[in-house]
Amino acid sequence: MPLKSTRQAINEALAQEMRRDPRVIVIGEDVSGGAGTDGQRDAYGGVLGVTKGLIGEFGDRRIIDTPITESAIIGAAAGAAVTGLRPVAELMFCDFLGVCFDQLLNQVAKFRYMFGGKVKTPLVVRTMIGAGRGAAAQHSQSLYQLFTAVPGLKVVVPSNAYDAKGLLIQAIRDDDPVIFCEHKLIYDLKSEVPDEAYRIAFGEANIVRDGDDVTVIALARMVQFAEAAATTLASEGIECEIIDPRTTSPLDVDTIIESVERTGRLVIVDESTPRCGVAADISAIVVEQAFGALKAPIRRVTAPHTPVPFSPNLEKLYIPDAGRIADAVRQTHVFRR
Amino acid sequence: MQLSRERLKRAYRDMVTIRSFEERVHQEFTKGAIPGFVHLYAGEEASAVGMCLHLRPDDYIASTHRGHGHSIAKGCDVAGMMAELFGRTNGLCGGKGGSMHIADLDRGMLGANGIVGGGPPLVVGAALTAKTLGRDGVAVCFTGDGGSNQGTTFEAMNMAVVLKVPAIFVFENNGYGEGTGHKYAAGNPDIAGRAAGFGLPAVRVSGDNFFAVHEAAGEAVARARAGLGPSVIEVDTVRFFGHHAGDAQLYRGKDEVKRLREERDCLKNFRQAVTEAALLTPADLAEIDADVAQVIDNAVKTASAGPLPAEAELLTDVYVSY
Repeated sequence: MPLKSTRQAINEALAQEMRRDPRVIVIGEDVSGGAGTDGQRDAYGGVLGVTKGLIGEFGDRRIIDTPITESAIIGAAAGAAVTGLRPVAELMFCDFLGVCFDQLLNQVAKFRYMFGGKVKTPLVVRTMIGAGRGAAAQHSQSLYQLFTAVPGLKVVVPSNAYDAKGLLIQAIRDDDPVIFCEHKLIYDLKSEVPDEAYRIAFGEANIVRDGDDVTVIALARMVQFAEAAATTLASEGIECEIIDPRTTSPLDVDTIIESVERTGRLVIVDESTPRCGVAADISAIVVEQAFGALKAPIRRVTAPHTPVPFSPNLEKLYIPDAGRIADAVRQTHVFRR
Repeated sequence: MQLSRERLKRAYRDMVTIRSFEERVHQEFTKGAIPGFVHLYAGEEASAVGMCLHLRPDDYIASTHRGHGHSIAKGCDVAGMMAELFGRTNGLCGGKGGSMHIADLDRGMLGANGIVGGGPPLVVGAALTAKTLGRDGVAVCFTGDGGSNQGTTFEAMNMAVVLKVPAIFVFENNGYGEGTGHKYAAGNPDIAGRAAGFGLPAVRVSGDNFFAVHEAAGEAVARARAGLGPSVIEVDTVRFFGHHAGDAQLYRGKDEVKRLREERDCLKNFRQAVTEAALLTPADLAEIDADVAQVIDNAVKTASAGPLPAEAELLTDVYVSY
């Protein structure tokens, strides 16, 4: 199977879905770039090149560059979705949620329910998450917990190229609004990705590594770090079971509970901030549903409750790493009542 | 523009239906039969009807919190609307939306909207659908003087111009955003003038005069259908009730509502215009009045008799993970 980067995998998913279904459009800021300039079209192809080349095949009626105007992008995509298109809107950085939250929170997420089930909103919002590029406080957050907190939105957080392609195709074919969170530091990460289109169902976690000692749940870029920690820990005789939920809404609770009932020990790794976050949420679910199986307190490895700092040394401290994950697993593993 | 007798009758019927619906909703709300909040459209009928008479079922409109008039003008079922206001399962949204969220996509009604400025971006999208699929449909956004100050509205107008989509923005300027005057709330109260700054044609018409709205709307719709892009109509109109039913309206001047009802009633003006010009007879109008009264009575009966949603409906129509 060919090795492809996450960037290529997402681009391929978009192109294949656009070929399959003329109702699929891409709309956002600089999704091609160069409109209204003396230079070339497709100057960007998305700010990090994810949608590069699509305008050449699909033209500017389906690859739509917009002004920098996030409420209008998400709102227009929502209006198009309920009237017959299947838009893939790009909210360049998830941080810009602050500009357009109403369109997601009060419009898109509510349509199906408040209109009595008579409206489908097949909208995908692709958005970048993640620290680690020195992009500082307003371009580095991982805000999937905010999306996950809103009933009516489905939330996808892929960790690798294979999952990104299958989950994006599923998102485009889904009749509910989906927020597709792309960690900007996995775009260059390669994995085996089939050339043909395929779907990965939402709410089905991926068991990345089997193990019986400690369950480690990790999302997005944190999955790589959890794997690195697990390799180190295996040499110390601690076997981690790594679960990548892949989607935070729906969440594959069954797989998590089954694993914790076997290991009795749980570490959750979440690049987002700790308060009211996905790690806190999973922790509450496990305590409710598998309290009797727990042999140690659940440990969360998250960013601190701070904005993302700029200076590289501080940013490195902000992001959970393999060392912190391994430490948390060791503490959980040795805990005795 | 000369309208046929049938078209005039249709216009009158729609306006009277809106007026009667709102007067009756006010009564039912006051009696306690309708939960929550209702925002009544009485006084503004010429705007919704003057525009929607030009629209086909496959054209779209987005509305506001004051959405009953737009819904009726776009062809939503009156009994289904009343049942929705009553929160009953036979309502247009199964009782899960209420007054502020009436929607009927089959009739091209994208929804009333509880968020001021929520609709304009959606309409750009509906217009984009028409353009992308090569249809000659249009999408119309009704919003108010309040909505004219929202950033989403500015963004939507700009985007509509940039993408050259068949969108029309109708600003119903009734002079009040809730209880604050438009003259206070807008840095420049000339909404059409401000809209023109975005690079689209914008006109101001009197909402007291159905024919003025109808004519401006006809031009805007023809322009949009022909692929000539978006435009704006500011309708100078009045609100006979408060912001919401039950509003004490302390912000009104002395006898203001009484004066508006006497001097600025678009329905009265319509009656006078068509009978003086002998386009319709008083008997024609009376027949419609009687018919509409029956329709509204039946709507209230249907709504009152409708069952409340089953408890299981709490968890339907949305993905519930746990």
